[in-house]
Amino acid sequence: MTTLIKFTIDYVTYVAKGGKQFYLWMGFLALFLIPWAYGNYQQFTQGMIVTGLTDQVSWGLYLANFVFLVGVAAGAVTVVFPAYVYKYEPLHKVTVLGEMLAIAAVVMCLLFVMSHMGRPERLWHMVPVIGIFNWPNSMLTWDTLVLTIYLLLNFVGGFYFLYQKYTGRPLNNSWYLPLIFVSIVWAISIHTITAFLINTMPARPMWHHGMMPIRFISTAFAAGPALIIIIFLIIRNKTALWIEDKAIDMLSTIVVACLTIALFLTMSEVVTELYHPTEHSGGLQYLMFGKHGLNNLVIWFWVSLIALIVGWVLLLIPKVRKNYTVLPFICAVLFAGIWVEKGMGLLIPGSIPTPIGEFTEYSPTLIEISNCLGNWAIGFLILTILLKGAIGILLGEVKQANE
Amino acid sequence: MPEEKIPVVDITGDPASAGNPIQQWNPVGTEDQAPASESRRGFLKKGAGLSAASLVGTAALVTGSDDAKANTSWAEHFQGAYRLMTDEEKQESISRLEQRYSKEYGKNVTVDGTDAQEGVLFGYALNIQKCIGCRRCVKACVQENNQTRGDEQEIEWIRVLKMEKGEFTQEKLNDGYPGDYGIQVGGNAYSAAGVVLEGEHYYEPEKVPEADSHYMPIACMQCEKPPCVKVCPVRTTYREPDGPVVVDYNWCIGCRMCIGACPYWARRFNWGEPKLPKEEMNPKTHYLGNRPRMKGVVEKCTFCIQRIRHGRYPACVEVCPVGARKFGNLLDPDSEVRRVLDRKRVFRLKAEVNTYPKFFYFTD
Repeated sequence: MTTLIKFTIDYVTYVAKGGKQFYLWMGFLALFLIPWAYGNYQQFTQGMIVTGLTDQVSWGLYLANFVFLVGVAAGAVTVVFPAYVYKYEPLHKVTVLGEMLAIAAVVMCLLFVMSHMGRPERLWHMVPVIGIFNWPNSMLTWDTLVLTIYLLLNFVGGFYFLYQKYTGRPLNNSWYLPLIFVSIVWAISIHTITAFLINTMPARPMWHHGMMPIRFISTAFAAGPALIIIIFLIIRNKTALWIEDKAIDMLSTIVVACLTIALFLTMSEVVTELYHPTEHSGGLQYLMFGKHGLNNLVIWFWVSLIALIVGWVLLLIPKVRKNYTVLPFICAVLFAGIWVEKGMGLLIPGSIPTPIGEFTEYSPTLIEISNCLGNWAIGFLILTILLKGAIGILLGEVKQANE
Repeated sequence: MPEEKIPVVDITGDPASAGNPIQQWNPVGTEDQAPASESRRGFLKKGAGLSAASLVGTAALVTGSDDAKANTSWAEHFQGAYRLMTDEEKQESISRLEQRYSKEYGKNVTVDGTDAQEGVLFGYALNIQKCIGCRRCVKACVQENNQTRGDEQEIEWIRVLKMEKGEFTQEKLNDGYPGDYGIQVGGNAYSAAGVVLEGEHYYEPEKVPEADSHYMPIACMQCEKPPCVKVCPVRTTYREPDGPVVVDYNWCIGCRMCIGACPYWARRFNWGEPKLPKEEMNPKTHYLGNRPRMKGVVEKCTFCIQRIRHGRYPACVEVCPVGARKFGNLLDPDSEVRRVLDRKRVFRLKAEVNTYPKFFYFTD
C-alpha cells in the first residue's frame, strides 16, 4: 500500500514538472476551457437550443466526434496487436503508450456523450440498480458497457505494467497476458458496437447495411495509428525515449492496409447505392452532389475523399512512408480526412433526408464548436499527462527508490 | 357513384367566421362538456375518478408559495421511473406535479394517472380520400397537448404531407436519357405523383384543398413493435398495455436514440425550455400525456391518452371537419376502427419496416 502511495506521489511529481514547452502546450490547451466552460453553462441552462441541432437533424457534431473517438480508442490496438500477437519487439517496448492513448480517447468519448445529452444530470438513470439499464435491448447500453470495460482494461493493463516497471518487479503473465488478449478483442468490439448503434435502425437507410462495422473498423485502424505515428515522432523529437524506426514503419503499413480496405468499401457503397439510386440513397446523393439546392456537405465529402486518396497513394510508396519529415503531415491529413468522413460524411447525412423525406441542412453553432474543441483539449491534456508519466517510467526516470 | 362534396375551408381567416362550419379548438373550455363519444357510443367504460388528484391540486393553489419550481424540483429530480413506482409513489409524484403546475400556470391543473383498461387496444384509421389538408387536427393537437409554441420552436405532433398529383406530358416524352442507346429513363420519370417521401409539409395555401394536391397526415403510428422503445437506454419510453407508446418525461435523459430510430419522424425534442402561455395551457393533463414538459426531453403523440382513457376521442378526431379520422378499440368488433378495417381497403405506412403500426390509412 505504501508503495502505491509512493508511486502516485512520484508519478504526479514527475508529471507536474516540465520544461517551458510543456507548460506552453498545457497552457495552450487550457485556453480552450474558457469558451468551453461558457458554452457548457449556456447549454446546461438554456438547453440544446444553443446548438444547431433540430428535430430533423438531431444528431450532430457531438455524436460525430464521439463515433470518431471510439475509433481512435479502438485504433490504439494497432500498437498492442503486433506487439503481443506477432511478438513484434519494437512495438512491444512502447505498448503502454497505446494503452494511454486508449484511456484518453475513451474519456473524450464520455465527454462527447455528456455534451450530446439533453439532460446530462439524469445520467444516473442509466446506472443499474438505482436506475434502469435497458440491456440487452438498447444498443446504447451495449456501447456504454463495452466502452466502460475497455476503459478499465486499458487502465488496469497500462498502470499495472507501469507500476511493475516502477517497482522493478516482473509482470505476472498468468493474468496480464490474458488481460492484454481480451483487450485486443475488446478494441474491435467497441467500434463494432458503435457501428451497431447506428446501423440497426431501418429508419436511417444510409446507415442500415451490414458493411458499417467493418467500414468503421477499417477507417478507425487508419486514423488511430496515424495519430500514434505523429505522437511517436513527437516523443522521439522531444523526449529521451527513442522509438525505433521499425515501430513507426509497422504502423504506417497498417495505416495503408486499412485505408485500402476503407476506400474499397467506400467505392462499393457508392456503386451499390448509386447504380440504381433508390429513396434510400437520398443521404448519399445529398452528401456527394447536394439535393434540391442544399449542398453544405458536398465540399466536405470531396475534400476528405481526395485527401484520403492522395494520402493513400503517397503512403503506398515506401520511400515516402519512411520519410519521417513528410510522414507526420500525411498522417495529419489522413486523421483529419477520416474525421470528416465519419462526421460530415456519415453521421450527419444519415439524418438527411428525414425518414419522411425532408431535406434540411445542419450547421453547428459557435457554442457547439467551442464545446467540441474544449472536449478535445481536455482529452489532449489527459493524454499529455498520461504519456509523460508513462515515458518517465519507461525511461527509468521515475522508479522506486532503493531502501 | 356521385362524387362526394368536400367542404372548402379557409385556413387563413378566423375559423369561427361566417361560412366556416368549424369552431376553433378550445381545450381549456372543454372541461364542462360531456364526452361526446362516451354518451353516444360508450366504447369505453369510464376509468377511476379524478377527485383525489383534483383536491390536491386545489390545495396547492391555496397554500401559495411563488417559487413552485424551487419547492418541488429536488424531489422531482430524485424520483424513480414512473412505470416502476408503487401506487403511493405515483400519487406522490402526481400531487407534486399538480402543485407545481397549478402555481406555474395560475389555474387548477390536474395530472391524471389513470391506467390502461383491460380488453382495450387503441387503434386509429385515417381516410386519405376525405382529408382536405386544413390542419385543424395539427392545431387542436398543439392546444390540447400543451406543446411548446413561439418563434424559437413550435412542436407539432401531426404533420400533413401535401402530395402532388403529378404532371405527365407529351412534351417530356423525349426528355429522358441516354437518347442514343435507347431510352432508359423516360422523360416523365420525375413526376412525384404518389411518392410519399416527396411530400411537402410546409404548404401555406389560402384555401384547401388545393386542386393539384391530396393530403396525407402523419403522426406517431403507435407501433405494436416500436423501434423507438427498443433503443431507449433507460426504458423511459414504452408501450402501454392499451397501445399508445408514451414517454416518462421525468425519466428521459435526452439522448435522442428514439428520434433516430423512428421511421415516421414522429418524435420531437424540447430543444429549449418549453414556452406555454398560461392562458392557453390545458389544465386537464395526464402524467404520460399532455402535462407540461421540460427542456431536453422527447415527446410525441399519445392518442390523447388523457382523453381516450376516459372514453373520449383524441382531439384530432373530434376536430376533423370532414370526418376523415376514426378511432376506437381494436378488440371490439363493433368499434369504428374495426368497422373500417373490416369493410375498407386499408394500408399501413412503410409496412416494410415491420413496426406494425396501429394507425391505418384507408379509402372509401
